Amino acid sequence: MATMNLATQLLQMLAGALLLISFAMLAERRSRRLVTLLVWQGVVLVASTALVAATAHQSHLYYSAALTLLLKVGLLPWILLRLMRKLGIERDNEPLVNVPTLMLVGLVLVIFAFGLAQPVSALATTIIRRTLGIALAVVLLAFLMILARRKAFTQVIGFLALENGLFFAATSTTYGMPLVVELGIALDLLVGVFIFGIFFFQISEQFDSLDLQHLESLKED
Amino acid sequence: MEILLVLGFPLLGAALLAVVGAQRYAAEVNVAVSLATLLAAAALVVRIIHGGPMTVAREQFFIDPFNVFLVALTALVGFTTAVFSRPYMRIEAGHGRLSPGRLRLYHSMYQLFMAAMFVALTTNNMGFLWVSMEAATLSTVLLVSLYRTRASIEAAWKYFILCGVGIALALFGTILLYVAAEGLLGGSDMDALLWTHLDAVKGQLEPRVMGLAFVFLLVGYGTKVGLAPLHNWLPDAHAEGPTPVSAVLSGLLLNVALYAVMRCKILADGALHSALPGHMLMGFGLLSTLLASFYLWRQRDIKRLFAYSSIEHMGIITFAFGMGGPVANFAGLLHMTVHSLTKSAIFFTAGHAAQSAGTQRMDGIRGLLALHPSVGWGLMLGSLAILGMPPFGVFASEYLILTTAMRDHPWATPILLIALAVAFAAIFSRVQPMVFGDTDARPLPHSPALVPVFVHLAIVLMLGVYIPPALAEWYRLAARLMAG
Repeated sequence: MATMNLATQLLQMLAGALLLISFAMLAERRSRRLVTLLVWQGVVLVASTALVAATAHQSHLYYSAALTLLLKVGLLPWILLRLMRKLGIERDNEPLVNVPTLMLVGLVLVIFAFGLAQPVSALATTIIRRTLGIALAVVLLAFLMILARRKAFTQVIGFLALENGLFFAATSTTYGMPLVVELGIALDLLVGVFIFGIFFFQISEQFDSLDLQHLESLKED
Repeated sequence: MEILLVLGFPLLGAALLAVVGAQRYAAEVNVAVSLATLLAAAALVVRIIHGGPMTVAREQFFIDPFNVFLVALTALVGFTTAVFSRPYMRIEAGHGRLSPGRLRLYHSMYQLFMAAMFVALTTNNMGFLWVSMEAATLSTVLLVSLYRTRASIEAAWKYFILCGVGIALALFGTILLYVAAEGLLGGSDMDALLWTHLDAVKGQLEPRVMGLAFVFLLVGYGTKVGLAPLHNWLPDAHAEGPTPVSAVLSGLLLNVALYAVMRCKILADGALHSALPGHMLMGFGLLSTLLASFYLWRQRDIKRLFAYSSIEHMGIITFAFGMGGPVANFAGLLHMTVHSLTKSAIFFTAGHAAQSAGTQRMDGIRGLLALHPSVGWGLMLGSLAILGMPPFGVFASEYLILTTAMRDHPWATPILLIALAVAFAAIFSRVQPMVFGDTDARPLPHSPALVPVFVHLAIVLMLGVYIPPALAEWYRLAARLMAG
């Protein structure tokens, strides 16, 4: 029982770390550092998945942790960094207006997420389910980031952070989705990032910039 | 067996066309693969009619009258669109808008898109349903930006981000569904998200979790149905992509997404024991219908006009399914069929109309009847059909939906009637000058393949005056399944 408690506490600490990283991403203006933060989120996910696997004796979660390590800590950041180099946006800064407001909205979202997850957490047959609120908060913060950013590259990072939140929800509430489904999701994600890459080139070729402010001609007229 | 063929032909076709897609005969290969798929789908229909619902491959695939009907419709429109796209894409290539490499991408992705939709329709696993819906998005994103113009890249980006975010919500809903079912379904990992198993225990699914799950699933898949207020991607993607892609997006993908919503609704209905899921569908449906019909007035682009009309009709279908009950479900299924056929036919003619005029702006398109009588008649008849003029099938389904609404939910009837009247005035006043009048445009270099247009319209006409008993029985079975 003592180990279970320790594991639960560790898991909740990891969940907290995930949430903190999400807030850090919301306020980060350097693209390069955003990728670093994304890698950290991946590391936290790997740790939490392995932890759940060890405490709940769910061996298939080890595969899923390995897959996460490979994809989110290895492959995806590598592709993103390569893209940044090729597009020459490594040192890009993105002007962010109103960081304090953004943070406040983020806080409201977190409270909202906890409220929404309350009925599920209240059922809590497993203690682990308490983290659902945090997972939902990470998802909503990623949403906010996609909405608040004007550059294609940062929107994609927001998109990947969103997926991280979903993945955390899946592992921490239900011991992960069935492995085949997880494989399918990983494949979709990978293909998605490749297509993002192709897009970056198409956008920068046509608009000479990855700033989405140029992408506003299709309005209702 | 047939199911393997239905899934296998498009997949093989995609692989084959990834190699030979730029050849002169690629369009013919595309048509042949689509025809083979259609035949396999027909065989599957025969099998289901005689044998009833079945599961295949360790219950990973599940076919019942509800989804086999959509498989048949998807295969049919997939085939006719391939026939239409042969001369259409040749003309586009002749205008210099497409390089051989992009033509290869187009052909290969077209088949991959079809395969993704067939998996989404036939899978029994709610997780795979999500994966294949996402795959359907991914395979069409690069098709929307096929012309690499600024507007098309912008449309594709919007499509990608909005649908990506939407579908991420659906994934969260799927996770919650798994939470709700946890403990009820023992057995191996593979069986945990199987729809048939969930359906068997739906009365015991934890209602609060299931309610939350349904909200996420509805908003997530609803984004792909094009339900307001999440419809923003739809007109852009339809207007900027190549016309065959607009036709299959509007005629097929929206149906498949709505099918995903309905599968979730059946589970939610069973778990919640209340009318809440139905009321949510009705709300979203009415809002979409009403908003879209007013947006129709502001459109200048022919494909955008009909894209908004698709939002309007998906709203009507969603509303019908929201009302539930055998008649409304029957009408919704009928409307799904006739909308798909009519709307793809309209996109076929609109595509050729825009090609001959050299613009998609409606004030630049004039005198279609004088230039290409078949295009002109196709557009006119198609528009009349989609506006619900008798004796076309759209009239029959809208009549059924309206009368059911009057009986069960009288407050909704005036809203629906206003939307239909506004849409009628908006579309008719735009189409009339395009079809009649004079023009100095030159005829198209390749004669357009308009057989699909008239085949679609003939089926829609037939469904308006006479529904074959076998088909009616089939709709009834599917409607009963949807009632849970």
